[in-house]
Amino acid sequence: MRGYIPDFDIAVPDCLDEALKMLAEKPGFYRPLAGGTDLMVVFNAGHQTYKNFLSLHKFPELHGIHVTEDEVEIRALTTYTDVRYHPVLKAEFPMLCQAAAESGAGAIQNRGTIGGNIGNGSPAADTPPALAAYGAEIDLLSKDGVRSLPFRKFQTGYKQMDLKPEELIRGVRLKRKSGRLHSYRKVGTRKAQAISKVCFAGTVRLEDGKIADAGIVYGSVAPTVACCEKLEQKLVGLSLAEAAKLDPTEVKELAGASISPIDDIRSSGEYRLKVAKNLAADFVSNLEKLNV
Amino acid sequence: MSVKKHYSFVVNGENHTVESYPANRLLDVLREDLRLTGCKEGCGEGECGSCSVFLDEVMVNSCLVPIAQVQGREIRTVEALSSDPLGKILQEKFLEHNGAQCGICTPGMLVAAITLLRRNSEPTLGEIQDGLAGNLCRCTGYKKIFDAVADAAKVARDQGVLEGQKA
Repeated sequence: MRGYIPDFDIAVPDCLDEALKMLAEKPGFYRPLAGGTDLMVVFNAGHQTYKNFLSLHKFPELHGIHVTEDEVEIRALTTYTDVRYHPVLKAEFPMLCQAAAESGAGAIQNRGTIGGNIGNGSPAADTPPALAAYGAEIDLLSKDGVRSLPFRKFQTGYKQMDLKPEELIRGVRLKRKSGRLHSYRKVGTRKAQAISKVCFAGTVRLEDGKIADAGIVYGSVAPTVACCEKLEQKLVGLSLAEAAKLDPTEVKELAGASISPIDDIRSSGEYRLKVAKNLAADFVSNLEKLNV
Repeated sequence: MSVKKHYSFVVNGENHTVESYPANRLLDVLREDLRLTGCKEGCGEGECGSCSVFLDEVMVNSCLVPIAQVQGREIRTVEALSSDPLGKILQEKFLEHNGAQCGICTPGMLVAAITLLRRNSEPTLGEIQDGLAGNLCRCTGYKKIFDAVADAAKVARDQGVLEGQKA
């Protein structure tokens, strides 16, 4: 049964400063509300435990994709649709566009936001693996200013994150660098509109023919996004041909070391582990076929 | 507990003010307060598309929009689509191709088709399927709907109604 509507309140501050003040005065009292594509679903299902929401929709400071020479900044209220069709993101960070394109259908993509996808904290969210693979930084805003940290350090446990009750996610920043190869794979029950059983985001960046850095990250197979640091380190310094010759068994072992998939309503731990390892092996062995 | 507040917004070109709890869904306000029953509740969780409307000309699932976020904004529902040249062509083509049967999915299909054709005036079958994804139909088997949208796109191109549409 649906939530009882009078039980829920939604504050709509007119400006961001007012919102930050409200959050600071009553830490933990308000749940920030962006596009509502998760929070309203839980409400409609009658399982919403938060009672007081703070709607962010009026704040222009939280909107927009800002491109500079070195960086692309995606503010928190940027929708999947904005991400999906953005020319610079499409050219330089295609895994993020693919993740956005595969998150729900058009009406959801028009409302769901990057900040919401991060802040909801679901390990099955599709954009966080791409953000972690690209080495994004996250900016957190409070009335005292902005705090930044690597996105990889932001999630600390199942639905836990390094976010204080008085802070809002302002956005994420991605470093623009040439020479990247990318492969994003989502495995769900259906090809479209299914929550991931396993999601994989892999990227390497080439400098003088060698892999200078790598980002290999899973979603849905651990309490947080799972970064395969051992496999990433293994790839650095190799040429694509050398990487392709790595023993697939070793690649699978290195990738599997970072994940701890569980049985849940969407899949089994055993299936997830097998598929996740295969995705990593497939990525590494096909690196030469990816286009810069 | 919350208290009821007044929310003012425009629906299909007309100003409306309703008294409502802030978490009330746009879908319920449209159907119950304003008696605009074109948009339907299928699933209530953003999966089926039958409650789709335009919010500031962006397609949304009205079951996932709390009324508190609609204050001062503009809604367009399926009831107003015949006054839009593209909406009118789509409605005619849905009739011609039998793209509407029980009618529950039709409002969402039309809103999604308008959204698609504004972005892409010459969609392939795959692009039509992708554009209409998120709208479940249990009657037609979809083919009649795809045919209606493809045919409407052609007529809209021939009549030049897609020029100047916002992407």
